[in-house]
Amino acid sequence: MIRVISPCCRSSLHPDEFFVPLSAPPRQYFPLAGMKLSAGFPSPAADYEDKRLDINEFLIRNPVSTFFFPVEGDSMQGAEIFDGDYLVVDRSVKARHGHIVVAFVNGERLVKRLHCRAGRVALIAENPAYPALEMMEEMELVIWGVVVGKFKRML
Amino acid sequence: MPVFALVDCNNFYASCEKLFDPRLVDTPVVVLSNNDGCVVARSAEVKALGIPMGVPWFKLKDTAKRYGIVAFSSNYELYADMSDRVVEVLRGFTPNLEVYSIDESFLDLSGFMHLDLAAYGSEIRQRIQVWLGLAVCVGIAGSKTLAKLANHCAKKGYAGQFGVCDFTTISPAEMTALLARIEVGEVWGVGRKIHARLQEMGIKTVLDLREADAEMIRSRFSVVLERTLRELRGISCLDLDEVVPDKQQIMCSRSFGQYIYRLPELEDAVASYIARAAEKLRAQDSLAGALMVFIRTNPFSENEPKYQNSITLPLPDPTADTRILVQCGLQALKRIYRQGYAYQKAGVMLCNLCPHSMVQTSLFADSGNTLRNDHLMATMDRINQKWGRGMLRVAVERAQHPWQMKRGHMSSRYTTDWAGLPKVWAK
Repeated sequence: MIRVISPCCRSSLHPDEFFVPLSAPPRQYFPLAGMKLSAGFPSPAADYEDKRLDINEFLIRNPVSTFFFPVEGDSMQGAEIFDGDYLVVDRSVKARHGHIVVAFVNGERLVKRLHCRAGRVALIAENPAYPALEMMEEMELVIWGVVVGKFKRML
Repeated sequence: MPVFALVDCNNFYASCEKLFDPRLVDTPVVVLSNNDGCVVARSAEVKALGIPMGVPWFKLKDTAKRYGIVAFSSNYELYADMSDRVVEVLRGFTPNLEVYSIDESFLDLSGFMHLDLAAYGSEIRQRIQVWLGLAVCVGIAGSKTLAKLANHCAKKGYAGQFGVCDFTTISPAEMTALLARIEVGEVWGVGRKIHARLQEMGIKTVLDLREADAEMIRSRFSVVLERTLRELRGISCLDLDEVVPDKQQIMCSRSFGQYIYRLPELEDAVASYIARAAEKLRAQDSLAGALMVFIRTNPFSENEPKYQNSITLPLPDPTADTRILVQCGLQALKRIYRQGYAYQKAGVMLCNLCPHSMVQTSLFADSGNTLRNDHLMATMDRINQKWGRGMLRVAVERAQHPWQMKRGHMSSRYTTDWAGLPKVWAK
């Protein structure tokens, strides 16, 4: 692997002046690829190479249907969702009883635990300071997606 | 026998806005064109009010107040991301597809004849609805032109059900009756001019066109319309364009948010357009051989002097170097700029494109330097990708663009910007 680069690369002369001697002599490049090199022993780990871990793979199952939402408020502390956390919300997961969901209710985007048992549909907070939101007949509830994870930066 | 499906998002821009904003659930929503000019997308509620496409927003303000219509500037970042997601979901249904526009794709379903295609179409529709919260219609037929028409039928409810219309299972008699009810102007490729001429000849419905004499259509119109006619007969003449060919020209032009009078501001605009175009040029790994710059005043303003001009300059060596392109563009601009006009729009076009690998340099080109410059440009693109467009730029281009397109009603970039993510309340 040889690469020759002229040591003199810069010129103080203005390039527009006539008959300036070549200030940057043409450099010669040799391709790096195409030449096989072996120096020393091959790595004993070569056959065991693994891909480095990717946090996306851990948090996201289905990237195409996944969206992020930052949280504001403390009503979900009991579920370990805190102010400033980022929620990972996957729309391809079917919402069921007990899931934490992002929902549109009365023009607001909320994060709550979904309760649907014995004909009762409610959005429940995980903080005793907040009452459950009971769904009545004429109320509009859109379950936007299911929270499948969360993340936050510490620094 | 080939089978195509056309999948088309309903009220795409308006639907994207509604998806993230809980206040818009039953609200009429319109999306406006560049500089908040005209209505380019309408939600179902707005369509129900009878407001047509293309109305200037200022004319609509009273109506908007009365019905509580909410207007948004075009949030292209959001629409582009949602569009990509739709295409990704569609790729799960067939490996062969053509992205026809931001909200339409053709799918090749030729290998799926053993399935109930209408059911397959429903599944596509269902999955996009659930995964992305967007409504689509699906038209299925033996040619692209018919698939597009089937989609139209699905959307209007003329045929099929639940937003899916499959022409491959309709009987010939039913098909004939259906086509007799649809105006010929609805056919893909029949524009306004052709429509008018067809009308004069008594060809009023899609059926009329299908039954017309192919030879006559070719001689009086074109091979293109003859092909459309054959496609209407179910003979597939158009294949999927799966690979988007590299662009032969790259254009970047925009109207200003406010008039520009002075050269330095125009230079700023032209430089930023060139930077954008050069970025696209490098993304497709091409070089430009020439560069065109144009400027113009508002062609519609009645009491101001009008001027427009353009100039094309060849480049000494084909290049994708922003610095060289900007230098050349500013020279071009100086030659066409005239003082005393209120400029409304400027644009640049990179032309004579050639692939980077096939470039022929001039006798005096310095190839060592070119290589260094390629690295520099690649680094600049990476920095701008990571830290935001315009983070690293040539000095004529300013940080703030007072002339920039007005997007006064823009929603945030809900899916592509950390600062624009939609907040949820834990309360």
